[in-house]
Amino acid sequence: MLDILKIKDDFPILKSSPHGKKLIYFDNAATTQKPTQVVEAVADYYKKYNANVYRSPHYLSTLSTESYEEARESVKRFINAKTSESIVFTRNATESINFIAYTWGLKHIGEGDVIVLTIAEHHSNILPWQMVAEKKGAKLKYVHLDEDSRLDLDEFKRTISEGHVKLVAVQHASNVLGIINPVDEIIDLSHRNGAKVLIDGAQSIPNMKIDVEKLGCDFYAFSGHKMLGPMGIGVLYIKEDLLDDVPPFLSGGEMIDEVFEDHSTFAPSPLKFEAGTPNVEGAYGLIKAIEYIEGIGLDNILKHEQELTEYALSKLVEIDYVKLYGPKNAENRTGIISFNVLNVHPHDVATILDQDGIAVRSGHHCCQPLMRYLGVPATVRASFYIYNDKSEVDAFVDGLKDVRKWFR
Amino acid sequence: MSDLNQLYSEIIMEHYENSPNRRELENPTIKERGHNPLCGDDITLELKMNGDVIEDASFVGHGCAISQASTSMMCDLIKGKNKKEALKLVEKFIDMIHKKDVDLDELGDAQILQGVSDFPARVKCALLAWKTLEKII
Repeated sequence: MLDILKIKDDFPILKSSPHGKKLIYFDNAATTQKPTQVVEAVADYYKKYNANVYRSPHYLSTLSTESYEEARESVKRFINAKTSESIVFTRNATESINFIAYTWGLKHIGEGDVIVLTIAEHHSNILPWQMVAEKKGAKLKYVHLDEDSRLDLDEFKRTISEGHVKLVAVQHASNVLGIINPVDEIIDLSHRNGAKVLIDGAQSIPNMKIDVEKLGCDFYAFSGHKMLGPMGIGVLYIKEDLLDDVPPFLSGGEMIDEVFEDHSTFAPSPLKFEAGTPNVEGAYGLIKAIEYIEGIGLDNILKHEQELTEYALSKLVEIDYVKLYGPKNAENRTGIISFNVLNVHPHDVATILDQDGIAVRSGHHCCQPLMRYLGVPATVRASFYIYNDKSEVDAFVDGLKDVRKWFR
Repeated sequence: MSDLNQLYSEIIMEHYENSPNRRELENPTIKERGHNPLCGDDITLELKMNGDVIEDASFVGHGCAISQASTSMMCDLIKGKNKKEALKLVEKFIDMIHKKDVDLDELGDAQILQGVSDFPARVKCALLAWKTLEKII
């Protein structure tokens, strides 16, 4: 059991009162709130350590470089990477995926090659691969869902065995349905068929213990802001054996070895992947986010999310005008519930809930192919995290009952 | 709750749920799709022109109550108006939603959407039809 009251106390923003109501923040899959520890770390960085990294031999620059490299070490340990050379700081998961598409993708994917995706991917794990496919004459193949709204592993097996698959790019967990994909099996099957694997970890990093060594994936992408960290700091993990196969993405300062008038050589990894002054404050804040999450324990976080999901599902199935999407139980899924209120557009649902202080998202969640596959233009999404509790779920369910008052 | 009363008033709900303007025209002179890519409101506006005059206007599509009601109200308002008159109404509506001081009488039922100006996240829903019309006449 998490000590929710103690946790809530660490998040000053949860004391806000939208429209005079107590805030119930159920939009965690979009971004989580930040504990005081993270907020203060960012301020501390500027109060105590700010200078540009790597460049200058002075006292502050050394402290700044140490802060930044401490963050890299912290992430390395957090996801159990073999070496810190594999940890590249980006802005977010979107940039991490684009990074691999524009570098490794354009270099290694060619005409007639196949890129396998799932129908539930976020646009940020679709559009970069559409770009590669278009530029290189490669083909995209999508794996769909089974009757229980989970990834159809048999279809995946058939697709991968059809050959020519160069890359499998798949989300670890869905930002709409909450389903956790069987990435162990996907990675194993992909490798046996000669394909590399990129995992979009945006929705799994906040609530699952990630061990990239054990997973064996080639690339793992995630954002700091969905795991209590600051916005604008993200991570790209590149497996050690592939570091030389991935060309630099952006070029310029910090990433070079030597620059001549007509050519240049690059710094070793990971610096060759990080051009320009990086987001040091964000990286430093991320250290505290990791500490906070580890203090609670990832197993406890997932368990808590699943308890809230189970509780919410049990209440929502009782309401005949609520249509739920995704599996019918909370097993093997994160704290995300997508639904619609019959005859009420999701935006209207979200606006009405907002008047009760309840923050949910409505729309296509950057997953238009999935929406089309589910046959809906949009859904409402409630997503839970460590500071949410059952009384908030009760208020949310009561709020949903109110929604119908406005519509006949 | 009073804010929501304004947003989901009887008249808005009537336009949303039972609009006679929600239909396809037989031979529309102009047909134009308008959509809000971020939220998914999606309408197709159809106009039957007689020279410079909008003889008939209708729409099909899907979206939230605000976007659909606003489209229906606009169709009511522009029937029988010439392009110049219609554009003036569009301008007036946009000004109203942006909280500018305008004479509301000419806007008919659509003046009830003034309340949307207090819901910044919903402004684009109310404006969708009007921006679409502005583009095509």
